[in-house]
Order: sequence, then structure tokens, then C-alpha cells
Amino acid sequence: MKKVLTGNQAVAHGVLLSRAEVISAYPITPQTTIVENLAELCADGILEAKFLRVESEHSALASIIGASMVGARTFTATSSQGLALMHEMLHWAAGSRLPIVMANVNRALGAPWNIWNDQTDSLSQRDTGWIQLYCENNQEVLDTVIQAYMIAEEVYIPVMVVLDAFFLSHTSEPVEIPEGGEVDKFLPKYHARYKCDVNDPHSFNLMVSPEYYQEFRYKIQYAMEEAKKVAKRVDDLFAKSFGRGYGPIEGHLCDDAEVILVTTGTVTSTSRGTIARMRERGVKVGLLKIKMFRPFPREEVKEALRGAQKVAVIDRNISFGCGGIFGHEIKATLCDEEKRPQVFDFVTGLGGRDVTPSLITEIIEYTCQNERPEGEIIWAGMRG
Amino acid sequence: MKEVTKLIHKYLRHDKKFPHVSCPGCGNGIILGALIRAIDRIGFAKDEIVLISGIGCSGRMPVYVDFNTLHTTHGRALTFATGIKLAKPELTVIVFMGDGDATAIGGNHFIHAARRNVDVSAIIFNNNIYGMTGGQFSPTTPYGMKATTAPYWHIEHAFKIAELAVTAGAVFVGRETVYNAKGLDALIEKALLKKGFSVVETITHCHIQYGRYNRLGTAVDMLKWQRDNSIPVEKAQKLSSEELEGKIITGVLVDRELPIYQHEYDRIRERAREIAV
Ligand SMILES: Cc1ncc(C[n+]2csc(CCOP(=O)(O)OP(=O)(O)O)c2C)c(N)n1
Ligand code: SF4
Repeated sequence: MKKVLTGNQAVAHGVLLSRAEVISAYPITPQTTIVENLAELCADGILEAKFLRVESEHSALASIIGASMVGARTFTATSSQGLALMHEMLHWAAGSRLPIVMANVNRALGAPWNIWNDQTDSLSQRDTGWIQLYCENNQEVLDTVIQAYMIAEEVYIPVMVVLDAFFLSHTSEPVEIPEGGEVDKFLPKYHARYKCDVNDPHSFNLMVSPEYYQEFRYKIQYAMEEAKKVAKRVDDLFAKSFGRGYGPIEGHLCDDAEVILVTTGTVTSTSRGTIARMRERGVKVGLLKIKMFRPFPREEVKEALRGAQKVAVIDRNISFGCGGIFGHEIKATLCDEEKRPQVFDFVTGLGGRDVTPSLITEIIEYTCQNERPEGEIIWAGMRG
Repeated sequence: MKEVTKLIHKYLRHDKKFPHVSCPGCGNGIILGALIRAIDRIGFAKDEIVLISGIGCSGRMPVYVDFNTLHTTHGRALTFATGIKLAKPELTVIVFMGDGDATAIGGNHFIHAARRNVDVSAIIFNNNIYGMTGGQFSPTTPYGMKATTAPYWHIEHAFKIAELAVTAGAVFVGRETVYNAKGLDALIEKALLKKGFSVVETITHCHIQYGRYNRLGTAVDMLKWQRDNSIPVEKAQKLSSEELEGKIITGVLVDRELPIYQHEYDRIRERAREIAV
């Protein structure tokens, strides 16, 4: 069935189809309508879940950590300041190896206050041990939520599904909604391997001495590497069942490209059109969309960028004192390649500033015309 | 020039920050007005005042006034205020918070600020809802009412903010409605002059979110409701708890003397120096 859904409604539908059992969240713009949609679905009994609207994001994640520890399929959603407030619990969810799924709507962090699109909120949580999947459109949002549960519940690593503020969260698009029965076949009921159970008692998170702690960390990293394979398998299976697949990355016109543009989120859709027009003008440019940021799909990225002379990364984020976060990741990934393309890292679109086709054209033209970038960061779309 | 125009020119950033973003008919402006009138009457210089807010519709208020202003994060305004007061005790520190801000995400800070008794005045805008984010229930949404996150009815019970502040140890606690604007002026004036942690819980209406979901009528209807359901504390003392059910008890609930944090801190420093010598 096709419906016109906003990104936030797509999240709620994904959670509904995945039959989450405990949902806890705190409102924050632009995530709020996810929570409202879910509250209504729960109250109407359409979704057989317990819905908790707690007193802060920290409590939201903490309460579903509790629910997940007793074996429930759980969900939360947040954005920006809310995600920052969850930081402590993000580590706890991953450290406890709980297959929690959350949606984060990418919004700028303060100070100063800003409610618009920016990726720094989720990217600055990159070391918390969560899988991070970035979505390009509302269909991908819905599909990714369902896939996220399947990945999480196989590797016991929590998954963050990320969507752009307003460009997706509040924008309506036609979305194909899979049949509930079909999703049930794809994603069966969750049976926790370990849980707190009076008949089979387990403890979580007791103090671990230096003799053991490191191995706990090793295991999370190991599971992250496994997650790459699992995510691929889940995506293939999803494609077989529903006719749509995404992959950890997607290369578009990369094979003969001299310059490859690297994007995430909705900038990818804008870039598709720009690239098509530049191709018509004879510019040999390709596009690499990155969906999976953690674990970082190193091998796939290397493979996709291998033939290019130059790579232009669009970063709607910044790690102060370093540069764009995707740019940095790509440079690190390419460092042991024999023939390395020159990486140009463009930081732009912060705090909701538009990344327009003409800006993307400028970025590609700059990359074509210059041997090397003027510095680690090229600030694009600055006020004159 | 009319008195009110003089106040506008003196205290509002009228040429920079207007039009404001509040909905027409919102009660928040009355609270800001009451604060300005109280400050004007007391005669504080504008630069002596620091007005700090969290975030929410209530949190927008400092944007419009020409004091030292600070717009902080959701629920944490009191912690910023504590820092400011300890670093610069000569400043008059006033905090604006929504009910969600003060008693949900910032509930912990609220009770501890009251217990600690730092010389700060907290003015809480209780509109029974999260206004800014679009009408989700807050810790003061009454049982049985509706919100976007409680589409049938709310199953939790509400905090009584003023009573909470009394129990937590605030030295001055009052409650008033925006309907009784003059009473609110006077109450805020008392709170500002009181040394120690003072709290004014202001009952205000959010007709756009709370009122609309619960069919409470227009802003005027909600103001009339405030008028008809308020009972001054002196009168309330003679009534039974059944008679007070659902009523707003207004006036000064507590006015007491307790040691102020800064003074205690100074005393301990003096004592420590004596011992060191
Ligand atoms: C950590 C964090 N979580 C959530 C939000 C989103 N948020 C902004 S204002 C607000 C609630 C506003 O309600 P209230 O405090 O009652 O003030 P009102 O708008 O009603 O004046 C929320 C949840 C935020 N800014 N920061
Ligand atoms: S939403 Fe409610 S509290 Fe906010 S400005 Fe409008 S009426 Fe006032």
C-alpha cells in the first residue's frame, strides 16, 4: 500500500510494523511527531506496546534499557540536545549489548539555539558503540527501521537510524508500506539470548576488573565487524522480500568517474540531479552515498573510490580542530591505498543552511579545477 | 507619554526583537509585564538584573527585555543561575522556567536549588503543558486531561509546584494567576526582595495547545476559569481538602527565614581562615 508520509510518520510506521513492545521518548523538535504518532498508535491499540513519556531523554533511554534487559523489543527517538543528554546511556545500551533501535533526527546542537538540519549531533556519538545508518528519503527511513531491528537482534548492538531535520522529518513523500504479515515473516518475534528472568537469572553490568574489561570491548568491536556482514545479508533478504535494497554504500556513475562526490542523507538526492546535469556537460563525475557510518564500510568505500582521481566530500557537520567527519573518515580509509585520490573536504549546510544544486555544482567545479584543496577544510556556501 | 509606553521604551528591546513569537492571547506576556512592573517599582537598575531562562515558550521571554539575559538549555536554567549568583553575588538573579522545564527535565535542579537556598528568584510559567513542542503532557497536566501524548486521557498525577517548593525548603513561595495581574505584580515584587530562594508559581493559560485539546475555549474563557477557581490562601486554610479539589490556592504560601547559601559559605571561609592563622 502506498501512502504519503512525512519522515517522522515513516519512522512510526516502521516501528509499528516491527512490533516494538516498549517505547519511551521525550519530545523535541523536529522529532516530536514521531513520539506523538506512536503515542496515538499505542493508545488506539493498533500497536500493542507500552508507551512511556518520561521526564527527559536520559530517562527515555534508561527506561528502555531496562525493558530491553527483560527481553522486550524497544524503541526511542530523539534529536540534537536530546541525543546529547542521552550520551551516558548510549554507552550503557551498547555496553550491555542491547538490541535497541532509535531514530535520531539530525538537528544542530547549541549554543546558539538552532533547530535545523546538521549532522554533528549523531556523528559526535560515533564512539558510543551504536550502529549508525543515514537515510536519504522517507521510504528508506521506513525500510531501515525494520532492517535495524533485524541487524540489532542478530549482533546485539543497538542501532541508530538517522534522518535529516525537516528535509525528511517534516516533508511528505509517497512511501510504499509493506504488509504487516510480510514484515512479521521477515522480522520474527524477538527472543533475547540473555535477559533478566526469574526462572533463569542473569546479571547485567557488574563491576569488571582490568583483567576482563578489555575483552568486553574487544567483543563489541568484533560484533561491529560482524554487523557489516549481517547488515548486507539483511538488506539482501529485505530486497528479496520487498523489492528494495540499499547497501551500506551506493555508488552511482562511479565506474568511469574522475571526480566522485561523497554524500549522506538528503544531500544525496539533490546531488543526483546535479550530477546528471554535469554529466550532460561532459564532466566525468560520480556519486557515492554513504548510508552506514558505524561500522564504517571501509572495504566498500575503498573499492568504490579506487578509480577516481579526486574525491569531494560534503560534510554537513564539523569536528572542531579537525574537519568534516565523513571527510576525515574517508581520508583515513584511503591512507593505505597504493594510488590515493586527492580528497577535498567541504563543510557546508550547517544549522540548516541549504545545500542547493548550484552550491553542489560549485563544489564539483572547484574540485575539478584545483590540483589540491586549499586546506583540510573548504568552507562552502559562506555568507559573502 | 503613557506610563505603559514609558515602560516599554525603558525595558523592552522594542526596536530589535519584535514582533514576538507568542501566540495572540498567550498569558506569558502578562508574566513578563508583571516582572517589569515589579522591577520598575523596586527601582533596580537594568544592569543589576540577570534574567535567565530554560527553553520553551516561557524560555523566549528574556529575548525581549533589556537586562542581562541568558537563554540556557532545557531544564538547566537554575544551575546557570547558581553559578552566576555565586560568582557575582551583587547581581539580582531571576529565572524563568516552564512547568516542563522546572519540574520534568529540570526537576532535580529545582528541588536542590530550593534546598540549597541560593539567593535566586524562580518564576515558573505553569500552563499545564509543553507549549513550545506542541502540546505534550507535562508533570503538571492534571489526571484525566488530554495532550498530544495522551490522546485519550492522562494517567499520571500532577505535581503541585508551589507545595513542592515549600517541601523542598524554599524560603518564599507564592502562587498567582495571570488573571490577577496586579496580585502577580505584588507577589513578584515580594519574591525579588526576599533574600534566599524564592518561587512564584504563575498559573497561565496555553489556549493554543492545552486549551484546544481539552476544549477549554478561548484565552478569555481560560482567564475566567482562573478567576472563578482561585482561592486566596487565607480563605483556603478554612476549607476542607474536598472543597479545595481542583482549586488554585493563591497568595504567599510560605515566607520564612533560613540560612542563605552564600552567607553560610562566607562564614565557613572565615572560620577556616581563623583556624589557618
Ligand atoms: C534536552 C532537550 N530535550 C527536549 C527539548 C525540546 N523542548 C524544548 S521546549 C520543551 C518543553 C517546553 O515545555 P515547558 O517547559 O512546559 O515550557 P512552555 O513551552 O510550555 O512554556 C521541550 C521538550 C530540548 N530543547 N532539549
Ligand atoms: S503555544 Fe501556548 S504557551 Fe506557547 S505561545 Fe502559544 S499559547 Fe503561549
